[in-house]
Amino acid sequence: MREGREITEAALDTAVERSIQRAVFGGRRDFLKLVGAGTAVAALAEVFPMDAAKALAQAKLGPPEKKDLKIGFIPITCATPIIMAEPMGFYKKYGLNAQVVKASSWAMIRDLSINKESDATHMLSPMPLSISMGIGSQEVPYVMPAVENINGQAITLASKHKAVKSAADFKGFKFGVPFDYSMHNFLLRYVVAEAGLDPDKDIQIRAVPPPEMVANLRAGNLDGYLGPDPFNQRAVYENEGFIFMLSKDIWPGHPCCAFAARKDFAEGAPNAFGALVRAIVDATEFAHDKKNRKEISAAIAPRNYLNQPVEVVEAVLTGQFDNGLGQKLNVPDRVDFDPFPYQSMAVWILTQMKRWGYIKGDVGYQKVATQVFLADQCREVMKSLGYKAPEKNAVTHTFLLGKQKTFDPSKPAEYLAGFPIKRTS
Amino acid sequence: MTPARQERFRTAVYSLVLLAGFLILWQVVAGAGGKGSKGAGIPGPVAVAQTAWTMLGDPFYDRGPNDKGFGLQLGYSLMRMMGGYLCASVVAILAGVALGSSPALFKAANPFIQIMKPISPLAWMPLFLYTLKNAGQAAVLVIFVSSLWPTMANTAFGVGTIKKDYQNVSRLLQLSWPRRFFQVILPAAAPAILAGLRISIGSAWVAIVAAEMLIGGTGVGYFVWNEWNNLALNSVIFAIFAIGMVGVLLDFGLGRVARLVAYSD
Repeated sequence: MREGREITEAALDTAVERSIQRAVFGGRRDFLKLVGAGTAVAALAEVFPMDAAKALAQAKLGPPEKKDLKIGFIPITCATPIIMAEPMGFYKKYGLNAQVVKASSWAMIRDLSINKESDATHMLSPMPLSISMGIGSQEVPYVMPAVENINGQAITLASKHKAVKSAADFKGFKFGVPFDYSMHNFLLRYVVAEAGLDPDKDIQIRAVPPPEMVANLRAGNLDGYLGPDPFNQRAVYENEGFIFMLSKDIWPGHPCCAFAARKDFAEGAPNAFGALVRAIVDATEFAHDKKNRKEISAAIAPRNYLNQPVEVVEAVLTGQFDNGLGQKLNVPDRVDFDPFPYQSMAVWILTQMKRWGYIKGDVGYQKVATQVFLADQCREVMKSLGYKAPEKNAVTHTFLLGKQKTFDPSKPAEYLAGFPIKRTS
Repeated sequence: MTPARQERFRTAVYSLVLLAGFLILWQVVAGAGGKGSKGAGIPGPVAVAQTAWTMLGDPFYDRGPNDKGFGLQLGYSLMRMMGGYLCASVVAILAGVALGSSPALFKAANPFIQIMKPISPLAWMPLFLYTLKNAGQAAVLVIFVSSLWPTMANTAFGVGTIKKDYQNVSRLLQLSWPRRFFQVILPAAAPAILAGLRISIGSAWVAIVAAEMLIGGTGVGYFVWNEWNNLALNSVIFAIFAIGMVGVLLDFGLGRVARLVAYSD
């Protein structure tokens, strides 16, 4: 019995290694002939979390190496699956005793995770990329096995700006974004630049922790923010602002927040990591189902988690909300939850990091994207849990706003060249 | 009534008038601030008193890492503060004695101390986090830095101004160093040291709340930040009063100790 299992596991390991080789080297055998399979595997292991990949692909996980886990989160609706997995028992279901721990800012989330005070963490989807490259951080390899939410951000403006009709009117405004390495920052810059303004010269962008955004808007310290919910809806609730634009009207289905872990944790505790990713994917799919959204709102609104009025959270998650201009809107996909980390999303993020000067020099777009966004592994987990998963790791993304309506991930340089306003020299 | 009692009576009346004036002003401001929306406006004294009642009614509950009773949060803050403060006091007194007994050393070290003194202890936080790799310890170290300088400066001053007679007598009696330290220098400089310790505990208490707002997790600072998330201003105002009260108690305690060591020549 025992021997039999070991043999199948060995076979599985080889199968996984082979499929990763295919993915990375495009199925060509020349490379392997040249250097020998063993060398190739070792070379791959350098850049690719092989053990973690194996653990994620196993149908049955071994017992977790570590059961008591700490998971950092910022109290925003983007973290819905990570948070609800505690009160709604998803971590328990996969044999884990995980505790979610609230952090005060994205810089704190980064440091708690790098310092190993948390095992895995809620992050903004650009963060695992930037931290892995050592940009705006020490260089620590990260993996991102799942996206949390897609959509779910908005541009909120202070009530005194109700006359603003288009982004071209933003000139001279002070804007808040949660962090430099955030989709919020990149989408705000994108919108502003498409309106012909230079985000570095014509407006001011400051990093403001999400919970402090409404207070700053009220104090007149900010004219607006591209922020995560519930703080867009909370501004409406407080009569301090209105929702100018939902981020899904910029790029429908864009990634927002993510679930990430240090690569050394994923490799050092592959079974715990595997169980964790299963719990997260399962919770994310549960949150995707719109009929569960009310129940989820009630679970995550209390002081322990979001610490928000439940009606505000419900307005965000159900998409039935007041936009602060007296209109009742019904946008069911205002925020949605989809775990699949398309590597093309990572490539888009990298193009924007390069566009605005966060990365200098050449970028190994595909290499970084495949190392950090674990699309293959997420697919395996989704399938093993009985969910439908996309077949391709990279797709062409379509934008609703902007002159370049499509983003082809195989041509990042051409895409970048198509922007008139940028910081690349 | 004796003049002294008359004085005390007058003080009490003034104090009550000030309090009443403050409460009335608060109520007026709170009433004017509301714009009829759900959350707008500053909560008045009554709303805050109600919050205080519920908070103090169940101060030690523990519902997981992100929601603990106010008493527990205060306890976390006090423990963190005392850790940093006590270490800093020992270091500051020793360093202060060294600086106070050697004018040359004092002059040499003075420029460095003057540079370090005006740095907000919170500015150290990112550096401490990066090097210590632990948020709790970084906060304690912030307290350490914030409570170091007043004690050190006052100790140096106290030791430097000890009467020459005492020093000469102890030298004449050929007292050993430990005996000189504990029986002459410390008692003679004690009032100045205590004054330094009192200033230090004040700045430590100021710094811990700010540090906890940065690192999150536990403590009164985290409590304020978490309630700010929810714009629950009545809890924030309650916390502000509580922080002030604890500060007064800490100062009062050290004031009592200071009276014990006071002496006149």
